[in-house]
Amino acid sequence: MTNIDLMSLTPFLILAIAPIIIMMVISIFRNYEVVFGFSILSVVAAIASIIFILPVIPHSITPLFIIDRYSLFFLGIILVSALFVLFLSYDYLKQLEGIREEYYIILFTATLGAALLAVANHFILFFLGIETLTLSLYILIAFEKSKDSSIEAGIKYLVLASVSSAFLLFGMGLIYLTFGSMQFSAIEYSIIHLKQLPLLFIFGLGMMLVGIGFKLALVPFHMWTPDVYQGAPAPVSSYIVTVSKGAVMAVFIRFFFNIKGFDNSSIFIVISGIAILSMFVGNLLAIQQKNIKRLLAYSSIANMGYLIIILLTGSDKGIQSSVFYLITYFITTIGAFGVISLLSTQEQEAEMLEDYKGLFWKRPWMAGVLTLCLLSLAGIPITAGFIAKFYLILEGMKAGLYILIFSMIINSVIGLYYYLRVITGMFSIANSNILPPVSILGKLTLFVITAGILVLGVYPGWLIGFIVKYIIL
Amino acid sequence: MILVYLLLTLLAGAFLAWISGNLSQVLPRVISLIALIADLIFISSYLLQSVASSGKWLIDIQYNWIPQLGIGIHFALDGLSLVMLLLTLFLGIISVLISWKEINSKVGFFHFNLLLILAGIVGVFLSLDLFLFYFFWELMLVPMYFLIGIWGHENRTKAAYKFFLYTQASGLLMFISILALYFVHGNSTGIYTFNYTQLLGTQMPATTGILIMSGFLAAFLVKLPVVPLHNWLPDAHSEAPTAGSLILAALLLKTGAYGLLRFIVPLFPNASASFAPIGMGLGVIGILYGAKLAFAQTDLKRLIAYTSVSHMGFVILGIFSFNELAYQGVVMQMIAHGISTGALFIMAGQLTERIHTRDINKMGGLWEKAPFMGAIGLIFSMASLGLPGLGNFIAELLILLGAFKANVLMSVLACLGLIGATLYSLRILQKVFYGKKNTDWDMNDLTFREKTVSISLVLIIVVLGLFPQPVFDLAKPALLKTLDDHKGKIMLKGDPAKDESQLKNSLFVYK
Repeated sequence: MTNIDLMSLTPFLILAIAPIIIMMVISIFRNYEVVFGFSILSVVAAIASIIFILPVIPHSITPLFIIDRYSLFFLGIILVSALFVLFLSYDYLKQLEGIREEYYIILFTATLGAALLAVANHFILFFLGIETLTLSLYILIAFEKSKDSSIEAGIKYLVLASVSSAFLLFGMGLIYLTFGSMQFSAIEYSIIHLKQLPLLFIFGLGMMLVGIGFKLALVPFHMWTPDVYQGAPAPVSSYIVTVSKGAVMAVFIRFFFNIKGFDNSSIFIVISGIAILSMFVGNLLAIQQKNIKRLLAYSSIANMGYLIIILLTGSDKGIQSSVFYLITYFITTIGAFGVISLLSTQEQEAEMLEDYKGLFWKRPWMAGVLTLCLLSLAGIPITAGFIAKFYLILEGMKAGLYILIFSMIINSVIGLYYYLRVITGMFSIANSNILPPVSILGKLTLFVITAGILVLGVYPGWLIGFIVKYIIL
Repeated sequence: MILVYLLLTLLAGAFLAWISGNLSQVLPRVISLIALIADLIFISSYLLQSVASSGKWLIDIQYNWIPQLGIGIHFALDGLSLVMLLLTLFLGIISVLISWKEINSKVGFFHFNLLLILAGIVGVFLSLDLFLFYFFWELMLVPMYFLIGIWGHENRTKAAYKFFLYTQASGLLMFISILALYFVHGNSTGIYTFNYTQLLGTQMPATTGILIMSGFLAAFLVKLPVVPLHNWLPDAHSEAPTAGSLILAALLLKTGAYGLLRFIVPLFPNASASFAPIGMGLGVIGILYGAKLAFAQTDLKRLIAYTSVSHMGFVILGIFSFNELAYQGVVMQMIAHGISTGALFIMAGQLTERIHTRDINKMGGLWEKAPFMGAIGLIFSMASLGLPGLGNFIAELLILLGAFKANVLMSVLACLGLIGATLYSLRILQKVFYGKKNTDWDMNDLTFREKTVSISLVLIIVVLGLFPQPVFDLAKPALLKTLDDHKGKIMLKGDPAKDESQLKNSLFVYK
C-alpha cells in the first residue's frame, strides 16, 4: 500500500477511528457534550479530507475501491447529510434518559458502511458496506429501549433486512457464477462482448434488485418503511432516508451503468414497473396517513420511484439531474424530520397530524420551516424541490420516457393533496400542544436547511454546474 | 433594472410586513401600502417618460439564471404589460385599504401573502422566459391558498383546496407543454432555450402544435375561467376574504387572459387559428351560462363571481376573433372588469362586515340605511350591465364589433349576454338596496376610508368610459405586434404538406 493509497483512504480511517476513540473515552469518562463535539469534529475532518484527495483522482486501491469524482461527490453528500443528522440528534438525545453516548458510536459505524458503498467497485465491498450499514441501523432504530414501538421497528428491520441481504448475496453469487468475477468493471468487460445476456445473469440481477429494492424501499419491497420510520427516533428516520438511501443509490447507479442495464429490454421493463408502482402506491397510501412520520415514509417511497426512472435514461445528464434531485430531497427530508425531532420530547413524540394543528400560530418558525419543506417536496416554486422536479422531468423527456414522466406528473398532483393537508392543519385555528424548548443549535441547523432550500430554489445554477463537473460515469 | 426593483420592492415589503406583524397591527398595513405606492410611482413615472417611444419593448432586460438548461431571467415591458401592471398595483393598494378593518388576526402574515401574490402577478405580466413565467405563475398559488384557507369564510378549507388543485393540475399541463416546446425548438434549431423571443416562430407540424397549445390552453382557460372548467371559481370567490375576492376577480383571472394574448396567439398561430371557432363558442357559452347562473344565485358573492364567468366569456370571444378592434376591447374589458367587479366585491365585503350575511334574500331596502353605498352599488351594477359612459360599455362594444367581423353568428349570440347582464345587475340592486326591508338591520353608511376607495374606483370607471383613447394608444403597438406574429406566420406557411414531412423528421427524435 502506497502513501497515496493511504491518503485516499483518510475519510474512511477517520470514520473508523473516531468510534473507537469515543468508545474508549466513555469507558473512563462519560460526558454527552464532549462526545457530541468530538463526533462533529470528526465528521468535519472527514469532509475536509475529501479536498486533499481531489488531486490524486481517479485512483483505484486494490480491485475493491475506486476513488473518482463520482465516488467523492457521493461521499461528500453522505458525510454532509450525516453531519446534519448529528446536529439534529443533539437535542433529541439530550432529553433521553439513560445512556446515549453510544448512539454516536453506532452512527459512525453506519456512516462508515455508507461511505464504503460510495467507493465500492466490487461485490465484496458492496456487501461489506451494506452489512456494516444495516447492522448499525438495527441498533439505531431500536435505540429508545423504553419504547415498544422502537424495539418493534428494530426487530422488523432486522428480520426483513436479513432476508433481503440473503437475496442480494445470492444474486451476487449467481453473477459471479456467470462471469467469474466480482469486480464491476470486469463484469462490464465481459458483458460488452456478449450479444445476449445469459439467463443466469438476469436471474442474479433480479435477486440483487430485491435486495437493493428493499434498501431503497421500492414497491413491492417497501412494507417495512412506514413501521420503521414511525418507530425509530426521528433523527434516525432521517438518517435512513438520506445517508442509507443515498449510499445504496450511489453504488446501484454505478453498478447499473457498468452493466448497461438500461439497454436490456426486460430489465428496462422491470425497473419501469417498479418505478410506476412505487410512485402510485407511495402517494396513494400517504393520503390516508394520520402520522406524519408514516406520511413521510410513504412519500419517500414515491420519491425513490421518481428517482429510479432516471436510471433508465442511461446518460450522464440523466444521472446529474437525479443527483440534484437527491440532494434537494435530502435537504428537505432532513428539514422535515428535523422539525419533528426538535418538537419531540421524552414523553411525547410529535408525530400525529393532530399535534400539528395550529402549530403556525404557536411556533411560527418551526411550522414555517416544515411548510417550506413540504412545499419543496410538492415541487412549488422558490423551493429547491421545484427546480429538482423540473430538472428530472426535463431529462426524462429528453430521453423519451414519456409514460414514466407522465405518471410522475400525475403523482405530483396526488402528492400535493397530502402535503397540503399537513400544511392546512398547521395553519388552522386550533391549539397545538407541542411546545418544547428548542436549543440554539437546532434552530441554527434548521436555519441552514431553510436557506439551502430557498437558495437552491432561486439560484440553482452553481450546484448544477458543480454536479455536471463531477458526476460523470 | 427598474423591473427587477419592482419585484424586489414587493418581496422585501412582503417579508418586512410579516416580521413587523409581531410588533403592531398597523405596521404591516403601512409597509404594504408604502411598497405598493412606491412601485406605482416607479412605474407611472416611467409611463410619462416613454409613452412616445414606438419600439416593441419599452424595457427589455436579460440575465443568466440557469445557463446549463437554457433558462434566463428575461423581463420585458410593453404597452400591454404596462397597462396590466398599473391595474395590478392600483388594485393592490385598494386591497390593502379594504382589509384595514376586516382583517384583524395574523395581520403580518396576511400582508405577506397579499404582497407575494401581487409579486407573482407582476412577475407573470413581465416574464418573457417561459420557465420564469411558470415560476411566477405557480408562485401566486400558495399565498392565495393561504389567503382563502386562513382568512376565508365558513367553507374556506374546501374552497382553498379546490382552487389549488384545479390551478396546480392545469399548471402542470402547461408545464409539460412548455417543455415540449423547448424540445421541439431545440431539436429543429439546436438551441435549447426557454426564451420567448427565440421560441416565437418555432415551426411545428399541425398536430404537434395543437397538442402543445392545449397544455397552455388548459392553464389559461382554468384561470380565466371558461365554462366547463369554472368550477373552482364560485367557491374560491365566495369563501375568500374581500381582498382575496378582489385579487382573484380583478387580477388573477386576468393572468389567464394575458397568457392567451401573450403566448397562445403568437406562439401557435396555426393551432390557435384552428381552435378559434371552439374558443369563440366557449366564450359565448360562458357569457350566457355565467349570466344565467348569476341570475339564479342567492349568495351575493357567488352571484358576483358568476358575473365574472360571463364577463370573461367576452374576453375569450374577443381573443379568438384575431383583429385589432376586438383586442382593444379585450384590454379594456380586462381593466373595466377588474375595476367594476372588484368594486362589487368590495361592496359585498362591506355589507358582510355590517350585517354578517351574504344571503340577498335577507337584505332589501338597504338604500335607506346606506344611501352612499347604494349609489356606489348602482354605478357599478350599471357598469356591469354595460351602460354607455362607463368603461365596460366601450369594452364590450368593441369586442362585439370585432367578433362580428370574425364570426357573425357568435357575435349575435354573445349580444344576448347583454340582456342577461341587465337581468342580474338589476337583480342585485332590486334585492339589496330597493324593495321592502326583510330584516331591520342596524348598519352605518360607508366610512371615510371606504368612501375614498369607492370614489376612486368610480372615477376610474367613468374616465375609462369617457376617454378610453390613452389606453388604446398605450396598448396598440403591443397588440399589433401580437397580431403580426399571429398572421405573419400563417401566411408564411407555403406548401403545408411539404413543410410537414420535413418537420416530422426533426421532431421528437432525440438521442
